Amino acid sequence: MFSSILNIIYLIASVTFIMGLKMLSRPESARKGNLIAAGGMSFAIFGTVFLYEASNGQHLGNLPWMFAALIIGGVLGAVSSRKVKMTQMPEMVSLFNGMGGACAMLISLIEFNHIAGSEIALGHFIAIVLGLVIGSISFAGSIIAYLKLSGKQKDISFKGQHIFNLVLFFIILVGAVLTYLVEPAMAPTFFYITFGLAILYGVFFVLPIGGADMPVVISLLNSLTGVAAACGGFLYNNKAMLTGGILVGAAGTLLTVLMCKAMNRSLLNVIIGNWGGSNAAGGSTQEGGSYKEVSTSDAAMLMSYAKKVVIVPGYGLAVAQAQHTCHELEKILTDKGVEVSYAIHPVAGRMPGHMNVLLAEADVDYEKLEEMEDANSNFKTTDVVLILGANDVVNPAAKNDPTSPIYGMPILEVEDAKNVIVNKRSMKPGYAGIENALFYQPKTSMLFGDAKKVLQDLCAEVKAT
Amino acid sequence: MQQIFSFFNENQQVIYMVILMIFLGIEVIGRVPSVLHTPLMSGANAIHGVVVIGALIVMGEAAADNYLALILGFLAVVLGTLNVVGGFVVTDRMLEMFKKKKQ
Repeated sequence: MFSSILNIIYLIASVTFIMGLKMLSRPESARKGNLIAAGGMSFAIFGTVFLYEASNGQHLGNLPWMFAALIIGGVLGAVSSRKVKMTQMPEMVSLFNGMGGACAMLISLIEFNHIAGSEIALGHFIAIVLGLVIGSISFAGSIIAYLKLSGKQKDISFKGQHIFNLVLFFIILVGAVLTYLVEPAMAPTFFYITFGLAILYGVFFVLPIGGADMPVVISLLNSLTGVAAACGGFLYNNKAMLTGGILVGAAGTLLTVLMCKAMNRSLLNVIIGNWGGSNAAGGSTQEGGSYKEVSTSDAAMLMSYAKKVVIVPGYGLAVAQAQHTCHELEKILTDKGVEVSYAIHPVAGRMPGHMNVLLAEADVDYEKLEEMEDANSNFKTTDVVLILGANDVVNPAAKNDPTSPIYGMPILEVEDAKNVIVNKRSMKPGYAGIENALFYQPKTSMLFGDAKKVLQDLCAEVKAT
Repeated sequence: MQQIFSFFNENQQVIYMVILMIFLGIEVIGRVPSVLHTPLMSGANAIHGVVVIGALIVMGEAAADNYLALILGFLAVVLGTLNVVGGFVVTDRMLEMFKKKKQ
């Protein structure tokens, strides 16, 4: 009786997950979709606590401890996610993802202890070991990703790292197979070796990957955790876990591929990261030459008397947390009768779509954000383009230099505008490590400095003119 | 070989479900605008927190004197709940901002 009700609850929860994801992919319904999925999830969690019946008809025990754990996790989760700054969103998502991975990993550890020494169906064994390996990789990888994004851990790569990782991965596979094949007394040894190596693999997998690729990695780890959750679903024959996990695994993989596409890179390329290696080869395209600097007051003058200004925000703006100041400048210019809009490259900021969130936080009107295609058709009629800490996404080499490592990446074609003002901290190349010919063009002027400081000065100057 | 066949026969339903879910997952977010990539990733992140159900089961079924299972299970429930609650709240915070703009 109870378990039949619970099964219906799980069905409802599965449907809310599907609906939630669907609604999350449309701006007008996204928030509702998130709430619906959250509702289904709490339904499923409390249904499990009160209605679950084991095969012998027994309800779940240890309820006081269970509630304590639920409350601790709930309060920690709610408080930390309320307090986090919008610019720190990527590392927060990564951290939560790691928690989910760790949860799957712990489940496998306990279940293995349960079954140790006894006959076990192949299916269950695979679910336990797969849950362990994937959960551990996702946990360790997410923690490293978190540390890297919050600046506590630098990229570390050594020669032959890819070979090392491949070998490690292979040994994990062998270890998993051996755990099944060896006699029961030896199985735990191989199991824990596999466990340790999986953690190690997660660490070494993420360590060498560069900061700007982190979103792709987090998205990938996110879908991995989904698969780990699905393994648990198979183990307990729990349909909510199975559907939720596989759904996230599939959707997360697609999302990962979409992100890669926006950066014109293959997933393999991100993981193996041969971009860094081909830098030297791309060196022939370096231009050098002279660039023009502009003072804040001249830049302010130029913008005040322009008809149309397009702002191109990038990573630099996100790092300087200058989104509010940016909005202020936009308001001041609009008050002066200048038409201002924002051109958003799909991978601007620290995660795809992150820039939209940041600007939305600063109260920028949704209507003023233009996606790449629209923006590109408008640049011809634009007087001034103000680039704030973006580099590779406006590099014309992606269009006209087949030898460039970023050749073929869709870019914002800012050179079509009459004037380009580039705010950067220095002439240092961007993430791709290549020179940007745009900076040396006659219509481009450079405005060096921290994005926030420069924007504050610009605001003051524009007000004064 | 025998084992593989019997595995397939015993779990046919699950295997069908997994395959259909893969297609559904891809289809459902196929046309997402890049604006929503981050909230969508975060929302999906919250949904895979469903793994906490497994943690609840494992903890609830542990014998009262099996301290290892209890401690690990307790930890698993805490982490899983953190994933669920944190994931949904963070996603809501992001989306809240979009909504304000739309008025």
